[in-house]
Amino acid sequence: MLHYTLSRLGLAVLIVSVAMLILFSMIYLIPGDPAAVALGPRATAAMREALRIKMGLDQPVWVQFWNFFINAWQGDLGNEVLSDRPVSRVVLEQLPYTLALIAGGMVWSVALGIPLGCWAAVKRGSLADRLVGVLSVAVIAVPSFVVAIYALLIFAVSLRWLPAIGAGEPDDLGDQLVHLILPSIAVGLGWVGYIARMVRASMLEVLEAQHIRTARAFGLPDNQITYQYALTIAILPTITLLGVGIGQMLSSAVFAEIVFARPGVGKLVYDAILTRNYPLVTGAVLVTTVLFVLINLVADLIVGALDPRVRSSF
Amino acid sequence: MTVLSIQNLNVTFSTEGGDLHALKDVSFEVPERRIVGIVGESGCGKSTLINAILGLLADNGRVSGGEMMFQGRDLSRLSPREMTALRGPQIATVFQDPMGALNPVISVGRQMTNIQYRSGLSKAEKAERAVAMLRRVRIPDPEAALARFPHQFSGGMKQRIAIAMALMMEPALLIADEPTTALDATLEVATIELLQELQAQIGCSVLFISHHLGVIAELCEDVVVMYAGEVVERGTTRQVFNSSRHPYTERLLDCDPARQSSRTRHLPTIPGEIPDLRARPPGCIFAPRCHRRAPVCDTPPPEETVQSGHVARCHMVTP
Repeated sequence: MLHYTLSRLGLAVLIVSVAMLILFSMIYLIPGDPAAVALGPRATAAMREALRIKMGLDQPVWVQFWNFFINAWQGDLGNEVLSDRPVSRVVLEQLPYTLALIAGGMVWSVALGIPLGCWAAVKRGSLADRLVGVLSVAVIAVPSFVVAIYALLIFAVSLRWLPAIGAGEPDDLGDQLVHLILPSIAVGLGWVGYIARMVRASMLEVLEAQHIRTARAFGLPDNQITYQYALTIAILPTITLLGVGIGQMLSSAVFAEIVFARPGVGKLVYDAILTRNYPLVTGAVLVTTVLFVLINLVADLIVGALDPRVRSSF
Repeated sequence: MTVLSIQNLNVTFSTEGGDLHALKDVSFEVPERRIVGIVGESGCGKSTLINAILGLLADNGRVSGGEMMFQGRDLSRLSPREMTALRGPQIATVFQDPMGALNPVISVGRQMTNIQYRSGLSKAEKAERAVAMLRRVRIPDPEAALARFPHQFSGGMKQRIAIAMALMMEPALLIADEPTTALDATLEVATIELLQELQAQIGCSVLFISHHLGVIAELCEDVVVMYAGEVVERGTTRQVFNSSRHPYTERLLDCDPARQSSRTRHLPTIPGEIPDLRARPPGCIFAPRCHRRAPVCDTPPPEETVQSGHVARCHMVTP
């Protein structure tokens, strides 16, 4: 397991480095002079030149990249344009809100999707199975911002059961959790469908396997066969899917944060783009990338912990 | 005493193309402490027979007639719960494919202790029994083997672990479904000898399914020859192999590479194919491929007793 963990960790570092290179190239290739953009049209040539030197734009491109690379790995993503505060601090202030939103969406969609998928697979061909199938496709097909708007209208505006906007009082955990319910429903609903379908498909495959027949031939209880012998294997592709799917969830978090006026990285990027605050956009994208890679790393480690074949192939 | 007595067993599968009569009037007995072999080519219903005995027929399959008496109880009339209780402690099974027969993500020790859940033993006692059984099937370092996973063992070792799991239950009946087919020749002999030795020690009956005539002749005391879901001939191994009466058995024995008297590039085969089981012919099922076919073969053949215990389902049997 140690060897496996280290190799996954090494791969994660490599992916983040490549992501940095791509991000840097994109900033570099954007037309226009960043110093001129930052200072506005009324700045003098001397002022622009001074800022260019301060920002390191007079250096050769590879030196610029190296500085960006080293600084980014040390957590220094430069300062944002409007308030001149460190980008990393601004992003990290917002990160917990987004993490809570994604975690909320993930937890409830997993908690609902996995049992539904198992149930549909075990009752294959039954009315329950068909119902789960139709509902899964339905919730996958609805975009998350539509879910967000309807959830807001129904539960906050009409029924007044749940708060409509914000993230709750900073010191009140219960209030924050209540504020988390609607946004995490919006972010996670489609995932219930994805997970149920995925789990159903791989469960059906695993239940046909020879070793399940062996388990039945030894008279093991059905529940143990389904949830220990079959699900442990059937869950593996779903975990990998969830790791990759975090990217999509991050993008639906942007909508949820805007619709529910929640703080968060998505809202931050949205505002930064509107105000052309490029260092902030870059920093937030980089942090999101690292988050994505980390979650995939965790997914890989869970798969490794569950599947001895994966562990020993490293 | 017979452990398992199957009388006129019929199994039908509902398919889109109509009902498939997979087993027709199958009858044979497994006496106590005896090894009974079932032989037949692929598709003859061997696997369906096992699934019917275990109560593990696919959803579209059902026992459509006959009875399977196991220790005085008809298996086809037991509830799923009662069948689950029988599987393992009373009827244990070793399957064909050792590569896929064990769960890949659960350690061997955990799989071996899990199946003892009805024993009432403590965790340590269950592990102790598992170790003792692994030692009996000659798994090196059995204590360490408990913590390992199936993919860390070779095919032959996995099959021995599967045998250990089945015999650890000390069943009254062991069903061995082609347990050596996936193994190479030397391992095959070793596995057969191991099975024979453990059977004698534990004193269970064995229903041994194989298409390998040599293995059947070596291991089994009685033989049941199946063709297209019917028992065409049964008797002691000596009776069936030395004085076979059914044309199918004769042709099957002729096809055995080990029986070829001279060197040949062309092994004999039985011309034709197994008929469509959705539309069984009214007469003898083997008639279309039979070299001794006569007009009478278009009527259902009776079960003719050749000798005490030796039965063939054929019009051409002359006592």
